[in-house]
Amino acid sequence: MQQLLFAITTMAAGVLACVAYFYGTNWILDRIFPSKGLTGKVASRNLRITNTIRPWLFLGPAMVSLTIYLIYPVIESVWLSFHDKSGQTFVGISNFKWMINDGEFRQSIYNNFLWLLVVPAAATFFGLIIAALTDRIWWGNIAKTLIFMPMAISFVGASVIWKFIYDFRPEGSEQIGLLNALVVAFGGSPEAWMTLPFWNNFFLMVILIWIQTGFAMVILSAALRGIPEETIEAAVIDGANGLQIFFKIMIPQIWGTIAVVWTTITILVLKVFDIVLAMTNGQWQSQVLANLMFDWMFRGGGDFGRGAAIAVVIMVLVIPIMIWNIRNAAKEMEGR
Amino acid sequence: MSGLQLKDIRKSYGAVDVIHGIDLEIKQGEFVVFVGPSGCGKSTLLRMIAGLEEISGGEMYIADRLVNDVPPSQRGIAMVFQSYALYPHMTVYDNMAFGMRIAKESKEEIDRRVRSAADILQLTKYLDRLPKALSGGQRQRVAIGRAICRDPKVFLFDEPLSNLDAALRVATRIEIAKLNEAMADTTMIYVTHDQVEAMTLADRIVVLSAGHIEQVGPPLELYERPANLFVARFIGSPAMNIIPAKIVATGAETTVELTGGKRDVLDIATAASENGKTASFGVRPEDLRVSTGDSFLFEGTVAIIEALGEVTLLYIEGLVANEPIIAKIPGILDIKRGDKVRFTADKAKLHLFDASGKSYRA
Repeated sequence: MQQLLFAITTMAAGVLACVAYFYGTNWILDRIFPSKGLTGKVASRNLRITNTIRPWLFLGPAMVSLTIYLIYPVIESVWLSFHDKSGQTFVGISNFKWMINDGEFRQSIYNNFLWLLVVPAAATFFGLIIAALTDRIWWGNIAKTLIFMPMAISFVGASVIWKFIYDFRPEGSEQIGLLNALVVAFGGSPEAWMTLPFWNNFFLMVILIWIQTGFAMVILSAALRGIPEETIEAAVIDGANGLQIFFKIMIPQIWGTIAVVWTTITILVLKVFDIVLAMTNGQWQSQVLANLMFDWMFRGGGDFGRGAAIAVVIMVLVIPIMIWNIRNAAKEMEGR
Repeated sequence: MSGLQLKDIRKSYGAVDVIHGIDLEIKQGEFVVFVGPSGCGKSTLLRMIAGLEEISGGEMYIADRLVNDVPPSQRGIAMVFQSYALYPHMTVYDNMAFGMRIAKESKEEIDRRVRSAADILQLTKYLDRLPKALSGGQRQRVAIGRAICRDPKVFLFDEPLSNLDAALRVATRIEIAKLNEAMADTTMIYVTHDQVEAMTLADRIVVLSAGHIEQVGPPLELYERPANLFVARFIGSPAMNIIPAKIVATGAETTVELTGGKRDVLDIATAASENGKTASFGVRPEDLRVSTGDSFLFEGTVAIIEALGEVTLLYIEGLVANEPIIAKIPGILDIKRGDKVRFTADKAKLHLFDASGKSYRA
């Protein structure tokens, strides 16, 4: 109860402080460089000055917090990656040397690569197919809502749900996991799915695909609706069948959007952490980079140097895709 | 051979009927224009001919073949859309070749037809360009080229000029007229709400209103002998003047009394049973002349004068409530606002419509 009260008070205070800041700085600015009541040169000069300063005043808090929470950590991570486990002694590139020879890091890179190959492709593919199919049926919107729903679930929450699907009980006892129940019902013997090396990666990927298909579907559905109806009718008159229209007329017209969706999910996949942590914690050869970083950084006493080095690797992998993604998105915004 | 035949064609969306039984026969090679106000069903009818809209009732024949259930691509039609509908990701060449590639034509045949169409439309220079790198007029020509490549029996145009600016519209209109001459065996059906396009391009005009055909005929016939009030008002600009009247004497010639009491004799025959009925008296603005003598059709006060040099438009008030009578007189006139002016016109150019709007000139 007390906590709740405290939280509400904090929130109210925060909002009030924001209002006070924007109102107050604005008021002060207008006092220092008044333009009301004045005429001629002074007024227009003051107006020009206030108009130059005002955007910075209003952007200021956001820029300060972005610097503190994004830019400083980047610099600090890079700095840490060249230091030892306590972050005190400079060790050069020995953290990166260690990394290259570390089996678990190699495993993570390999697994991350698998994720990269499968998840963006599968989520975009399913999203596109579902978007195209649901546009034509009357219950399409209901289907879309259901498919979009997982987007509202946190990764950890989704993992808990899927734990029940992959749950394993020894042979003979009742299976509460959906997958094993099905396997047993068809006469098979139950498997501890999460402990099957290599394949367990794919069982984990299913969770992220399940979540991200909704995202891909919503964006691609909007793009499909943006295709001019006449181009499709023209293709009908030209004699193209449904598949030809889809692949030769519709897909090429939304290619930019597909690329944005694909890369957005790719970036997400590079950062995948929660699902692996909650489901296997990297055991049975299902480790990924983000979870490995977390392990080194905060577990078993913590090794800031190695943790930071892994973080830097993830960042370096993400940046090029990020730039490409932003460029693509900007191109889409321009409206072709 | 008949190019296109419509027999009692109907279209309804659920309980709403939009096309109420159209009967029309179009000869092969004919250029027919559908005109009508927006919402009259002209575009729907065209889309039904194209096969983009299902036919709810009736029969449609293209080149004597029943096509009710034939898919668009097999009907032998090609369509030019108002928005051009070019495939934005394909070059001009690919846009024109797409249909033939789908139909698995040989590479040489595709190339020959694309190049010949591009040649006709002066697009050869632009074959490698994407549509976005073309001007509006060029895009429309590509759309026409794509249709030519289909080598259609029936060419369909859905308001093809309405996205172009005025100068380009005239130029493209003339190009379409030339195309029609060059493709003498191809039936062309053209939808527009612009009556200049209709008058200049058509062999025959079909005037549609609210899903009905009001009149079908050559442009000048529609202009000179409108079958009813709707056509009379729709064809011609400014629209025909309509003055409420009452028939007071019938026979080989008919005498009417206009609102205001002026009586006029028209050389239109009416049956004795029409005597005493209300009617609408019509005369086109350009058929009116200023009269100086005692013989005149009607007189009125000039409310507004628009002198264009070539012609002068006089807006006459006092005859019909809230609707000025317009006179379009050639040249420059010595008339001022507020003047009382008498008008006359050739007897052959007067029109009389009954209470239901039907013309007495059979």
